Amino acid sequence: MRNTWTLTKVRLRLAMRNKMFLFFSLVMPLGFLFFFAAIFGKGSPAWIGYILGAILTMTVMGSFWGLSVQLVMFREQGILRRFRLAPLGAGPMLASSILANYIMLIPTVAIEMTVCRWTFHLKDFGNIWQIFLLITFGSVAFSSLGLIVASVTNTMQETQVINQILWTGFLFLSGATVPLATFPLWLQRCSLFMPATYLATGLEFAATGLATRREIVTDIVALSIGFWVAFEVSRQIFRWEPEAKVPGRAKLWVLAALVPFLIFGAYENIRGQRLAQVHQDFQILSGRIPAPHSSPNR
Amino acid sequence: MSEPVIQVENLYKSYGAVQALRGVSFAVEQGEVFGLLGPNGAGKTTTIEILEGMRTPDAGRARVCGLDPERSGEKFKETIGAVLQSTSLPDKIRVKEAIDLFANFYRERANTDDLLKRFQLDEKRTAFYNQLSGGQKQRLALAMALVNNPQVVFLDEPTAGLDPQVRREIYDIIEQMRREKKTVLLTTHYIEEAERLCDRVAIIDSGKVIALGSPRELKQRSAGTTRIEVRLARALTDGLLAKLDGVADCREFDGTYVLHSSRPPQTIVALVKQLEAQNNELQSLEMFSPSLEDVFIELTGRRLRE
Repeated sequence: MRNTWTLTKVRLRLAMRNKMFLFFSLVMPLGFLFFFAAIFGKGSPAWIGYILGAILTMTVMGSFWGLSVQLVMFREQGILRRFRLAPLGAGPMLASSILANYIMLIPTVAIEMTVCRWTFHLKDFGNIWQIFLLITFGSVAFSSLGLIVASVTNTMQETQVINQILWTGFLFLSGATVPLATFPLWLQRCSLFMPATYLATGLEFAATGLATRREIVTDIVALSIGFWVAFEVSRQIFRWEPEAKVPGRAKLWVLAALVPFLIFGAYENIRGQRLAQVHQDFQILSGRIPAPHSSPNR
Repeated sequence: MSEPVIQVENLYKSYGAVQALRGVSFAVEQGEVFGLLGPNGAGKTTTIEILEGMRTPDAGRARVCGLDPERSGEKFKETIGAVLQSTSLPDKIRVKEAIDLFANFYRERANTDDLLKRFQLDEKRTAFYNQLSGGQKQRLALAMALVNNPQVVFLDEPTAGLDPQVRREIYDIIEQMRREKKTVLLTTHYIEEAERLCDRVAIIDSGKVIALGSPRELKQRSAGTTRIEVRLARALTDGLLAKLDGVADCREFDGTYVLHSSRPPQTIVALVKQLEAQNNELQSLEMFSPSLEDVFIELTGRRLRE
């Protein structure tokens, strides 16, 4: 635990000295926020809440990109080799990157919420505790996903390609940019197999006060299991050496990290109420049906 | 007699078709500075990285303070300090932060301020890693290797690529480690480094130890011969130089003839006469007292830095 905290503090300092980090973690999400609010906000606080949820999703999802790139860069530059000589296992090295990432996420989230309140006159953040829990579990789950990407890719080029594919999928198929309810039904069903969907729908409806407790619990359980499996897999296949290549058999471990989302996706497709709920919430936001009396914190 | 601090028995290691180690064995006693001397690709780094627990041998046995480097985990890592052939740290970490960071991983810790002073990094304590010169980076790597007051220190080519001034500073640091009775295993391809710093040297070539002993013992193998290096205006092909008075051995490396002579004055007189007779000219002539380089040439027929 001591090693994890020691590494976390150093990672935080290094991040604060990195201008690129500040741009991608703060400036870019705020840019998205202003862009979406200007285009889709419609002057409605409910829609601003929805957009805040989407922007928070993007901020949280971005964890996997920065984390995987940093880890691969450290490995390629031989920095991890030096750490290998110290009495330090892969666990603290990985856990510190997740913890540092989470700590750095909090101010960004606070700034985004403040901007929504003061600039876009958002009076009600929906359910703030639900938002907090989703951000916490989402951050660790997506950070772990970044660790998996770093573990299975051998070069920075490979890492960037995989990240680009994942990011595009998460961004456009989860409902973080285009509302999930507007997709064709088959695409909505496919999106239920993605971790990003649980985070996006959860945050969007938590920020508008429309999320049910059951939805949030499902989201948190999905993200927690996803985190735990991904962390364990990345710990098992972690590589310190730049020339160490991931063995083919180890790549099968990565499939294990997908299993929780395959199970949740299958469950939601067969028995779940998520899509119906997403449709209903979207209708409420659009003003086509009235909000239930218990809203916003049902 | 106490058990050696480092024991290496019959190590084998291959990388695909390349056999890096082919039965390397040696032992290092407590407080000894032991050198692995050999050309690039001889197997020095593979050997030291097996001893650091960073590589797995295909066969053979390695022990450091009685511990298996690969399986003894944290207990082993608490015991050793190491400088890798090339140390990298994040660009934006400060010198003091780097030492503090690594010190925090160990139970026993040296004082950071003392290390900064000892390694002449005090003025650079707040400098970022990417602002340091090559010599300063290497001094930092050495400081980081000593953050846990290790019993055993591994130094993989600690002075490679550094200018002579910095190299001498690092020699002083290693000599201080000797005075502190630390056991040091260093790899090098610099003859003068091995001769100056090491109590004993294993000369390693193509994955095998080909000679082992103190520098003095090894040089005695060249039994009083002096190395004479000559360059000529025209190449000789008929082995005449090997027949000159006093010459025990003659080899040619890239146009330089290396003669080992037991009677240098007579050899030089004979050489000049021979060249005059052949209408050839002497372009340069240098004489060297016996060194480990001569031992290596005798044993392998090659120069150390080929």
